[in-house]
Amino acid sequence: MLKAVFVREMRLAQRRPAQALGGLLFFVLVGSLFPLALGPDSALLQQIAPGVVWVAALLALLLGQHQLFEGELADGSLEQWALAATPLWLLVGMKVAAQWLIAAVPLLLAAPVLGWQYGMTADAVGVLLAALALGTPSLSLLAALGAALTLGLRGQLLLALVVLPLSIPILIFGSHAVTQASLGLSAAPALNLLGACLCLALLATPWAIAQALRLALE
Amino acid sequence: MNKLLTATSRAPQAAQSGFRWRQLASPPVFFAWAGRAWPWFAALALLLAAAGLWVGLVLAPTDHQQGEVYRIIFLHVPAAWMSMFIYLIAAAHAGLGLVYRTRLSPLLARALAPTGALFTVIALWTGAAWGKPTWGAWWVWDARLTSELILLFLYLGYLGLVSAIEDPQRADSAGAIVLLAGVVNIPIIYFSVQWWSTLHQGATIRWNAAPSMNQTMLAGMLLMALACWAYALAVALVRTRCLILERAQEEQL
Repeated sequence: MLKAVFVREMRLAQRRPAQALGGLLFFVLVGSLFPLALGPDSALLQQIAPGVVWVAALLALLLGQHQLFEGELADGSLEQWALAATPLWLLVGMKVAAQWLIAAVPLLLAAPVLGWQYGMTADAVGVLLAALALGTPSLSLLAALGAALTLGLRGQLLLALVVLPLSIPILIFGSHAVTQASLGLSAAPALNLLGACLCLALLATPWAIAQALRLALE
Repeated sequence: MNKLLTATSRAPQAAQSGFRWRQLASPPVFFAWAGRAWPWFAALALLLAAAGLWVGLVLAPTDHQQGEVYRIIFLHVPAAWMSMFIYLIAAAHAGLGLVYRTRLSPLLARALAPTGALFTVIALWTGAAWGKPTWGAWWVWDARLTSELILLFLYLGYLGLVSAIEDPQRADSAGAIVLLAGVVNIPIIYFSVQWWSTLHQGATIRWNAAPSMNQTMLAGMLLMALACWAYALAVALVRTRCLILERAQEEQL
């Protein structure tokens, strides 16, 4: 069952690559808009780079997440999930993991390009990758929670309204780690905290998502 | 509407034989009790606010560093306290509703949230009005200010979600999940913001770093805090009564 969920997600993404890669394009585009708007002052760009990359990643991951469970709700497979012998939170966790592979891993691959655009040092780019690798799973989980809570409701902005305040710590720790690295300081404390946030998110959100999905099914 | 009121006034007779707090968990009993209690809380709020303002604006001495500007703390500090307390209380009620499926708890959470958001706005607004003459800026990205702003976003996210869901049961439970997620996040937000902002700017002036408080000032502030409590209780009770009536109407349809 778990494998079936995973394979289904992958196959869906494979059949509609535009949808899966839309987030990536958005990430690169938003990242490239800031130098155009602010001018090519390299010192300024270097200073704002961590924040810009993180905000772009956050928005790219939230984009389109309101439809995350809509297909399952429409074709009834969500009800089958709820009735299945495998616990719902495990299935949901699997789906989010697959979504993370589809949506966030391309961002990780594109992040160094964006970092070099802003003139980040090699160390800072390495820390950026580590921070994104630790932070984006939490963001995917939070986005899935928002999608489950707003499932079947009108208004896509509601998802952002609910999820953005909750994702602020990850944004802060993530950009803090990269800023530290680009100043030549140790990024370990911020990375540890990102890891702690991820542990908390892994522990709590699958259960909350499952609960929210059951509400949507009632 | 009359039918509703007779339906809700039947149960309180049981309460007269021996009043116990747990009976308040029943919406009809609570409806009657809140109807009797809220005018008292409202009157108490008015009295305490009048006393607090008199102590704060007339009796309390002028601060030798900040002058008259400091008097805004008589509104600012109680509002900031209330904004956080109310969030915790609303989340506790929402959690109770989620776990025990009590009928009243989600209504209380829903009734408290707008008041909490109002106090958050007051705290931010008065803080800005105080910051302009004292710090020379309406807004500083200081840890406290930022976490208070995020608290406002959490309130607004909750209110937005709850008002967008039409099915009341789902709205209650979904709102409870959001409130509880926010509670988990509040300490994280507070510390993350503290560490993050201290990197960018030096220590800002905090009111607790000022010379220790005059007794009269403290009395005024505590009176105002109690007034805010009484106001919040009165408003929340009235709002809960309205919500109980709304639910009763929906259930009869």
